[in-house]
Amino acid sequence: MGNVLKAGKQYEETHVHEVYEQIASHFSSTRYKPWPIIERFLQELPAGSIGLDIGCGNGKYLAVNPNVFIVGSDRSSNLASIALQHQPHSVVVADILDLPHRNGHFDFAISIAVVHHLSTTERRREAIDSILTTLQPDGRALIYVWALEQGSSRRGWSEGDEQDVMVPWVMKGSKKSKVTSGQAPSDQVVIHGVEDKTFHRYYHLYRKGELEADVKAVGGEIVEAGYEKDNWWAIARPKDVK
Amino acid sequence: MKLLTLNFLTCARKTCKSNAAAFPLHPKEAELEQVETDMNPLFIKNILPRLDWEAMKTLTTELGLPNLPAETPSDEELATDGEPSQTAKDLHTLLMETSIQSGKLVCGNCEHEYAVKEGIANFLLPSHMV
Repeated sequence: MGNVLKAGKQYEETHVHEVYEQIASHFSSTRYKPWPIIERFLQELPAGSIGLDIGCGNGKYLAVNPNVFIVGSDRSSNLASIALQHQPHSVVVADILDLPHRNGHFDFAISIAVVHHLSTTERRREAIDSILTTLQPDGRALIYVWALEQGSSRRGWSEGDEQDVMVPWVMKGSKKSKVTSGQAPSDQVVIHGVEDKTFHRYYHLYRKGELEADVKAVGGEIVEAGYEKDNWWAIARPKDVK
Repeated sequence: MKLLTLNFLTCARKTCKSNAAAFPLHPKEAELEQVETDMNPLFIKNILPRLDWEAMKTLTTELGLPNLPAETPSDEELATDGEPSQTAKDLHTLLMETSIQSGKLVCGNCEHEYAVKEGIANFLLPSHMV
């Protein structure tokens, strides 16, 4: 990013945490369809498995498998409130770097679109270490991060681009849409009363191989890894218990 | 938060996690609520072996709830003639339907108190504790 000195905890507070707190409800209404690889990972768990969804957002992945027990956590209390509805699971407010769970205890963890919000390599690795530390020796974590290589997306980023970016979130005016005149084409809708508001969230866009490198840097092992729809993902297992 | 959750929570401070006194957390000024949910007998059966039963017993005692059996109930005790037994129903009520709506969770090691509001526990640490 432009000014490296800015990165860190306070930076994330302003450019990640506060933004999600404000856009929680609107963000949640756009996040309902589980991605296939994540759905498969959760469906394949044996019944009675115990796990974590770290950075669970609105809890859309809590709905996938009712035969396992998941403690979801999110840094945003507004998102955690929305996630609370999914039985039989539970939700708490927590920071990925200070998770309230016993070490070496859980069968699985997922952390979807979370680690890329930490603003230094050191903090991202600490987050991955934090996830892997919750797992029992045979446990598995599925981690998803946004890719730099998303040439086919409307954002169009590719290999040569800056990896630390601010991504806009546009919250549309909340009043009912009214067409200005009967003749207006449907795409010229004017929203009366409330104007659009744009929020900017910080992201670190991962390069090919970078997620695997971060997992290995904290002693984790890669079980499987790949690319899906503008994201790099990895299934990792923990290092030997300390 | 349902009582089952407490079996999977400890103090968020790194210095406490490896200390046995940080688990389980101790409820304080807890207001309980019963929320009826559909029973899934298989879920109860599957989850039981994963529970730290001593921690469950400590929790029910501290909340002033009826005492739990000394040992984790066996599979046979969970069903009568193929139907969920009273033991299974009681466990469903305790683990899945009984919820701490508000109050505090206290670490037995550092004595830090985490607030529970509207059924959600908040484990964010003040900056001087991180």
